Amino acid sequence: MSLYVDIKKDLGGFVLETKFQAKEGVTGILGASGCGKSVTLRCIAGILKPNEGRIELDGTVFFDSRKKINLKPQKRRVGFLFQNYALFPNMTVRQNLLAALKPYEKDKKKAAQAIEAMAAKFCLEGLEKHKPQQLSGGQQQRVALARIFLSKPRILLLDEPFSALDDFLKWKLELELASLLEEFSGSALFVSHSREEIYRVCDRVCVMDQGKSSPVIPVKELFEAPRSRAAAVLSGCKNFSGARLAGEGRIYAEDWGVTLRYAGEIPEGFNCIGVRSHYIHPVAKEEAAGRENAFCCGILRVVEDVFSTVAILRPKGAAPAAGDGRIRVEMPKESWQEFCRRENVTDELWIQMDGKDIMALYGGE
Amino acid sequence: MMDWYPFFNSLRIALISSVIVFFGGILAAYYIARLHPVLKGILDVALTLPLVLPPTVVGYFLLMLLGPKRPVGAWFLENFHMRLVMTWYSGIFAAAVVAFPLMYRTARGAFESFDETLAFSGQTLGLSNAYIFWRIRMPACRQGILAGGVLAFARALGEYGATSMIAGYTPGRTATISTTVYQLWRTDNDALAFRWVAVNVAISAAVLIAVNLLEKRERASRRSAGRG
Repeated sequence: MSLYVDIKKDLGGFVLETKFQAKEGVTGILGASGCGKSVTLRCIAGILKPNEGRIELDGTVFFDSRKKINLKPQKRRVGFLFQNYALFPNMTVRQNLLAALKPYEKDKKKAAQAIEAMAAKFCLEGLEKHKPQQLSGGQQQRVALARIFLSKPRILLLDEPFSALDDFLKWKLELELASLLEEFSGSALFVSHSREEIYRVCDRVCVMDQGKSSPVIPVKELFEAPRSRAAAVLSGCKNFSGARLAGEGRIYAEDWGVTLRYAGEIPEGFNCIGVRSHYIHPVAKEEAAGRENAFCCGILRVVEDVFSTVAILRPKGAAPAAGDGRIRVEMPKESWQEFCRRENVTDELWIQMDGKDIMALYGGE
Repeated sequence: MMDWYPFFNSLRIALISSVIVFFGGILAAYYIARLHPVLKGILDVALTLPLVLPPTVVGYFLLMLLGPKRPVGAWFLENFHMRLVMTWYSGIFAAAVVAFPLMYRTARGAFESFDETLAFSGQTLGLSNAYIFWRIRMPACRQGILAGGVLAFARALGEYGATSMIAGYTPGRTATISTTVYQLWRTDNDALAFRWVAVNVAISAAVLIAVNLLEKRERASRRSAGRG
């Protein structure tokens, strides 16, 4: 099972240029809203036509601008799960499921059996005569998936299936979807702007930024070792500084005005570093001298979050003109309160970060 | 004793023309929405013009086209020995052209509010475009399309200007309710004119009440569906 996509599409504001290859399992496409990830899915399904390029699934060419091939969506046999599930509102659950069988199954008896089996599998018994508006969000998703599976798709395309739901329902549906995906033998593409969803649902991920895709990598790698600044932002990193090499094992963080120890790899085009908020630790002033990568910051603001405290800092050494040079430190509320009491924190804070937690990155904002 | 010919003539003109307009308007609304923006703009203006032009101007255009010495009219006269003007069915042309924009625009509005992802999901499920149109798009747009059809019928029934130019007024042959009212008033037969006015108001009111009932039922069924 292999999907190959290499397309260009003019989206008015920018040009979508995606190139990636998806194998078995669930491949995520992670990107901010409006980066072109849904358009990519629609091009694969044949609902939208790319300006140029090639799309191929297991040897079947869906689209090839040079050979003038553009297979109809009806002939591609992809299962597309829309954000609003797109159940036909004028039909009952049963009729919705029957519609999916219409192109393949002419035998009415066999069709009825197939629907019964699928309804049992998706826990839809007793709902056959209901209209989609009468169903809960979870039931609608199950009907939509049952309908897709009945049409025997070769690949699943999931377009932000949870983005319109509240947190609790989202969690429930995600678990359901994950277990259903395990049964699906083909591969699936899962589009989302949520790094947590991608992390939980997908095996591999392709990061998209402003219509440009980066190579598909294992999900773990994205969160542990992103290479580009865009990937680091998407993986949840919030502290960045422009940076340059400053001798062996040392990096100068321009926005922060400090030289840091760093022993890891330096990517091509290296121009900035990123550090996750929870990898930055406050330290006592007396201890700071003996620790690597410790420096003093002014406290700009302290924000109480639900379970944690966020301190917005500005390194003392930061030049006034350089970037905004802010650092965000996040820690559990109790730890912060205890630290403040012990160290008598007023408007200054010494912080420290391990060299292994610094990510060397390339790419602009 | 009242001569009911104008009533039946008006009714058959309105019925036939609104059936033509009903299907023509749906097809036009569906296909024009898919055209290139420039072509779409031009056709949109051309098809909506009869709504804002004085009916006499529409009548003028129709005479220029359908008159016995004009291109279309002459062709029909020669090949089918059919006169297209000054007959009872001439009123159909006038009513259809004048009522068309109402159907076209309401159908277009209904199609525009249709959730296209429904059509897309139909396509990815392998359903033919014809199936999607008749079994998914049309039922979803039913209310707007029916409302357009009834409005078109009401407008066709009330057509006067273009009809009087292209069909004239011949009692028992081309007379409609609207042309009869004018003729009776012109010949000082106020009492009879009033009776035809009453007939006309009654029919139009009945049609509008039907539209309202239709909408109410639609809303009620949607509410009960939403409650479950």
